[in-house]
Amino acid sequence: MFSYTTKRLFSLIPVLLGMTLVVFFIIRAIPGNPAQVILGQRATKEAIEALTEQLGLNKAWYIQYFNYLKDLAHLDLGTSLRTKAEISQEIFPYLAATFELTFVAMFIAIVVGVNAGIISAWFSKSWFDYVAMLLALVGISLPIFWLGLMEQWTFSIQLGWLPTTGRENVRNPVEAITNLYLLDTLLRGRMDQFIDVVKHIILPSFALATIPMAILARMTRSTVLEVMNADYIRTARAKGLKMFVVVYKHALKNAFIPILTVIGLQIGLLLGGAILTETIFGWPGVGRYLYDAIAYRDYPVIQSGVLIIAFFFVMINLIVDLLYGFIDPRIKYTE
Amino acid sequence: MNCDNVLEIKRLNISFMTDKKKINAINNVAFKIKKGEILGLVGESGSGKSITSLSILGLLPSPPAVIEESEILFHDLDLIQASEQQMQKIRGNRISMIFQEPMTSLNPLYTVGNQLLESVQKHQSLSKSEANDICIHTLKSVGLARAEAIMNEYPHQLSGGMRQRVMIAMAMVCQPEILIADEPTTALDVTIQSQILKLMKELNEKTGTSVLFITHDLGVVAEICHRVIVMYGGRIVEEGSVLDVFKNPQHPYTRGLLKSVPDIRNKQDKLYAIPGSVPKPGSIQKGCYFAPRCEFAKDICFENEPEFVQLTEDGHRSRCFLNENVGGATKNDK
Ligand SMILES: Nc1ncnc2c1ncn2[C@@H]1O[C@H](COP(=O)(O)OP(=O)(O)OP(=O)(O)O)[C@@H](O)[C@H]1O
Ligand SMILES: [Mg+2]
Repeated sequence: MFSYTTKRLFSLIPVLLGMTLVVFFIIRAIPGNPAQVILGQRATKEAIEALTEQLGLNKAWYIQYFNYLKDLAHLDLGTSLRTKAEISQEIFPYLAATFELTFVAMFIAIVVGVNAGIISAWFSKSWFDYVAMLLALVGISLPIFWLGLMEQWTFSIQLGWLPTTGRENVRNPVEAITNLYLLDTLLRGRMDQFIDVVKHIILPSFALATIPMAILARMTRSTVLEVMNADYIRTARAKGLKMFVVVYKHALKNAFIPILTVIGLQIGLLLGGAILTETIFGWPGVGRYLYDAIAYRDYPVIQSGVLIIAFFFVMINLIVDLLYGFIDPRIKYTE
Repeated sequence: MNCDNVLEIKRLNISFMTDKKKINAINNVAFKIKKGEILGLVGESGSGKSITSLSILGLLPSPPAVIEESEILFHDLDLIQASEQQMQKIRGNRISMIFQEPMTSLNPLYTVGNQLLESVQKHQSLSKSEANDICIHTLKSVGLARAEAIMNEYPHQLSGGMRQRVMIAMAMVCQPEILIADEPTTALDVTIQSQILKLMKELNEKTGTSVLFITHDLGVVAEICHRVIVMYGGRIVEEGSVLDVFKNPQHPYTRGLLKSVPDIRNKQDKLYAIPGSVPKPGSIQKGCYFAPRCEFAKDICFENEPEFVQLTEDGHRSRCFLNENVGGATKNDK
């Protein structure tokens, strides 16, 4: 198990190296020069050339790429062309914001989606099943920006219950510790701010949760339904167990491997910075950070930001693979 | 209810709803399980053995199954009318069941111990260590000497025979009054099969648990059963002590089944098989269900359904118009 994990970790290196190469070339293929963007439309040719040289962007591509890799090897993510700040420092609050949103959204998606799927399978062909599956179908097909706007219109503008955008009340800002505001406000014992942060995260997390929730509900329903026909389910019932135990202990665990796969993939997707959601709700996450960096042709930020996201994506996949083994004793990690 | 009987199926009618059509699968089946006996239930595939046994525990999937005009008395409780809670207290505790496929009847993701303890703790209020002791004791009593180790093993680490022993242990752990075994040895190879049969016979003698033993193998019936019921097309066609039924089978279907058991001593060139196949449930037919396949069928067999007639004092009964004639009409008496 341990050696399997180490092996898998090492096998990530070529994947991530490949990532750096792809991103490196793609961003240089985007028309536009960082120096030009920084200096503006009316800058002189000389000024642009001077800045280009200063930024090291006039060197041959392989030298630029090699330097980039050399920095990465020292765990140096580089500095932003625009703000001159260390990327590893600068990106952190954005990453934390995205993590927090992803975590809350996935929590909602899993709790609601998996349970709806289980109950639909348990009472299949009941009115609950029909309603839940209809909603799931709607959930999968809804454009997220439209859903976000409708949420804002209903709950912020019409009802006035929740704030439209942002992560906190700007007049009462959170003093960051981990940059996970839900945690920080609790650590500081600021219940007023905690409630404030909760209110801010409700709308974007629900908008973000919709699609994974719908996918999970349908997925869970079909796998649980299949598992319910298994012989060991009949055995469990013949023992006199309550239906709840039969479903939630015996059926769910057996149905969980495909569910876990979907959860892993969806977390990966959400971590990639849900740019649409973050934009609509003014959420200061990595999606927005990268979006701005692309507008400014801030090469190092784009390179490192994408790399970090790719890193988390593959890590989550690795964790999911390892979790399979915890769920199913027949899965052995020998190779 | 007679105190000799632990279970009495007064009448049982099961149908399945398919595409708005109701298909009858069990028709007026009635029988008793006596205290301490091993009762065999035999019949070809599709004759309704499994659904009969599942209906006793209320485990038939409904829909599509519909049970009507039925009464199954367990002591003074009608299991058809019983609530789900009442059934949960009976299942695995007073009536338990084992199934044909030992490879898939245990949950692959939980240890044997977990699945055994679950049964014990559901039905008896015991401390963890007491429950554990009972499980280990039961595993040993079904011939699993490494009981302590097996408690922590997963089903896939055990052989088919061991898994079926685990299943039997799980069924016996609460010392039930009735054990329903639905073809428990069919999926096992011959040596393991005879070990399991021996074990079930031993457990029956030791604990006095009545067994309803479902099989399509008459050899197995001869080996361990006291009484036997022969089913055909959702009906009981013959019932009696194993001795009576094997020595003096009355129904042509029973005779056919007996003839199709391979016999080494009496080597035949070809194995005998009853011509034709079991009628599809729901195929509407007048008269005796077996008539189309019966070599002795007369006109009346296609017109009326025969009564279930008691032939001897000790309960040998058969459902056939030829009851008297059949004995003389066949050559190959066993
Ligand atoms: N869920 C179901 N839906 C429709 N018909 C069913 C269902 N379950 C059983 N039946 C019908 O009931 C009849 C009896 O089935 P059952 O499983 O009891 O047969 P069996 O005697 O146990 O056969 P086998 O020896 O193959 O186990 C079958 O012919 C089948 O068509
Ligand atoms: Mg069967």
